[in-house]
Amino acid sequence: MLSVGHMGTLLARRAAAALLSTGSARMMASHGHEVSQQTDMSLPMYWDRLDTPLPDKPHQEQLSATDQALKRKETGPWTQLTKEEKIALYRLMFDKTYAEMKKPTNEWKTVIGGILFFIGLTGLVVLWQTHYVYPPAPRTFDPEWQAQQVKRMLDMRVGPVEGFSSKWDYEKGQWK
Amino acid sequence: MSLPKPVMRGLLGKRLRFHLPIAFTLSVIAAVAFKYAVTEPRKQAYADFYKQYDAMKEFSAMREAGVFESVRPSGE
Repeated sequence: MLSVGHMGTLLARRAAAALLSTGSARMMASHGHEVSQQTDMSLPMYWDRLDTPLPDKPHQEQLSATDQALKRKETGPWTQLTKEEKIALYRLMFDKTYAEMKKPTNEWKTVIGGILFFIGLTGLVVLWQTHYVYPPAPRTFDPEWQAQQVKRMLDMRVGPVEGFSSKWDYEKGQWK
Repeated sequence: MSLPKPVMRGLLGKRLRFHLPIAFTLSVIAAVAFKYAVTEPRKQAYADFYKQYDAMKEFSAMREAGVFESVRPSGE
């Protein structure tokens, strides 16, 4: 079992597994070889959320020279800021306005379409199953058996007030 | 650029003062509708059924049909 040739194939399979392993596993094995764009979740983050009006950090942290001048002007009286400067300061601090965050996206159409598509696909799967997978139905589904079952339920007076037997006319022997 | 200051307080109270009476009224209407659409007709149906109910006749009919195990039809 542990012959030389067998060891060779075992090692080959191990090497192939190492090469084909997922990206994150490879990143863990070789730090710094790849540039990953993952955000550092341990630092304060910025995000546009309706229920969080003031995110943990401003949107723009690297300020150009003009932006830094604007920030210095902001430390003074705000009545001296023009309307455009106020808007520029807002855009430095925030990415989207509330109106922009709340803008409708038409995403629901994709969602509903996807739901209906997969329901349809499932229907086809079930159809195939009923033909190729299901065993024959039990004898209790035969029409004769069902008729005998109905007669027995009427004989027993199942639901005589408002239910099953109340719909049967016992004098005439037919449904009401 | 000078918008009016939005309302900052009393928002829950305002919502409750609007929605609670509506909720209460709709609940009462639902209960009354259920009573008069379901329970009263059902009580009447049971009363009518048992007004003309002959227990011995029904028992004999069921016995002849052969649904009992303790007593067989009179022919056997």
